[in-house]
Amino acid sequence: MQLFKCPFCGLRDQTEFTHVREADDMPALTGGQDAWYHYVYDRQNPRGTHAEWWHHHFGCRQMLLIRRDTLTHEVTSVTAARQLAGTT
Amino acid sequence: MKYSIFSLLKQARRSQQDWPMAWRNPEPKKSYDVIIIGGGGHGLATAFYLAKNHGIRNVAVLEKGWLGGGNTGRNTTIVRSNYMPDENAHLYEWSLKLWHQLSQELNYNVMFSPRGVLNLAHTEGQRDQLFRRGNRMRLNGIDAEWMTREDIARFVPHLDCSDQTRFPIIGGLMQRRGGTARHDAVAWGFARAASALGVDIFQNCEVTGIRQASNRVTELHTSKGVFRADKVGIAVAGNSSRVAQMAGLTLPIETHVLQAFVSEPLKPVIDTVVTYGAGHFYISQSDKGEMVMGGDLDFYPSYGQKGNLPIVEEAVAAGMQMFPMLSRVRMMRQWGGVMDMSMDGSPIISKTPLDNLYLNAGWCYGGFKATPGSGWLFAHTIAHDAPHEFNKGHSLERFKTGRVIDDKGAGPTPQWH
Repeated sequence: MQLFKCPFCGLRDQTEFTHVREADDMPALTGGQDAWYHYVYDRQNPRGTHAEWWHHHFGCRQMLLIRRDTLTHEVTSVTAARQLAGTT
Repeated sequence: MKYSIFSLLKQARRSQQDWPMAWRNPEPKKSYDVIIIGGGGHGLATAFYLAKNHGIRNVAVLEKGWLGGGNTGRNTTIVRSNYMPDENAHLYEWSLKLWHQLSQELNYNVMFSPRGVLNLAHTEGQRDQLFRRGNRMRLNGIDAEWMTREDIARFVPHLDCSDQTRFPIIGGLMQRRGGTARHDAVAWGFARAASALGVDIFQNCEVTGIRQASNRVTELHTSKGVFRADKVGIAVAGNSSRVAQMAGLTLPIETHVLQAFVSEPLKPVIDTVVTYGAGHFYISQSDKGEMVMGGDLDFYPSYGQKGNLPIVEEAVAAGMQMFPMLSRVRMMRQWGGVMDMSMDGSPIISKTPLDNLYLNAGWCYGGFKATPGSGWLFAHTIAHDAPHEFNKGHSLERFKTGRVIDDKGAGPTPQWH
């Protein structure tokens, strides 16, 4: 069982969270079809450290940026999306 | 040596001490016509059909571990072709046809057992959906038949068909030609047959780098030195993104872990394959008597070939809904395999942007059943430098052109396919 330290709720079981997608930069709305194709369909999918968006679905319902190792499942950091956006 | 009753009797006189190795352990050649990266079922089947159907025998298979040690040996061995989209129906049905004659073709008993695959319905909406699936299958020439609750109660006596369960069964869709097979035997059978036709198989040979020049793959750097080939095929599901990245490609794939479990051996109780409709769970009984069970992915990207208890709990809860007698059965083993989850839930057997590189990937939950068909079609694609009719829809470009093959209609969310 992975445990994630939610900045709002503390240490919680992985079952409360839903993995959303790989965290890469969303292209500009005017970014063109190729850029959007890569964003929607392509994934880096590394074996090792990975930044992902997770939703604390059965908790505070906040979006979180989690850095995690996809091989060992070791969690490096959990940051709130709103903190990253500077709107806390 | 051909395996037969006569070779068995002959070896019996020599105390079974004189059997030759099933496949050769060759020295690497300077160059090959085709190299297949990945010595699982799909890679070995591709090599076999390249040699058998297309006369291309100067072929090598490079496997980083041991043959069939990846997903070929980490599944629930279910074989079926109950798909709705035409592209998948044709691909998996072709594979199912090959399964029915595979033991004879390979001269190796893959223990294919067409014991039927039954998908249960618990609501009227589900029933309508399965009618639709069955009708589309029949339009594609695939067998499908509706079973009522009474039919099912007679056919699977231990299944709880009463009104006392949380989600009572109202019927089910049956594909009688589906069933199970022995997974290890599939890898070994293809390896032995391919090796006999001249294919060189290298185990413990991990590809660490792919060199290219003028849009072609020129060299494969491996833990056993440098290999060269005119054409290279990738069949490494679970690790496709990593190998493709060595060639500079980013794939529409996420890697997820999928678990399966077996119980202690029991006397024969379930002589078919049953899937739960009110959750995600599938069960059959192996020839050794173990209950073979599987459920959902763990729902997050993972290369760890190990599972997590929450999914085990959810899967066995569904199992006990169906078969209450399982409550006292002890689990014997549990394992995890890493799946290529593609962006539409369907596989990729395709050419790539590199002229002599071919890709077989994205098998999601459904790789084992596709093994012979996948190898057959991938071999065709490599030999002709063009896809076969049955896999022309499974191209890598389909995500860009919008012709996705999305059976479930879940969109580009790999974990939900």
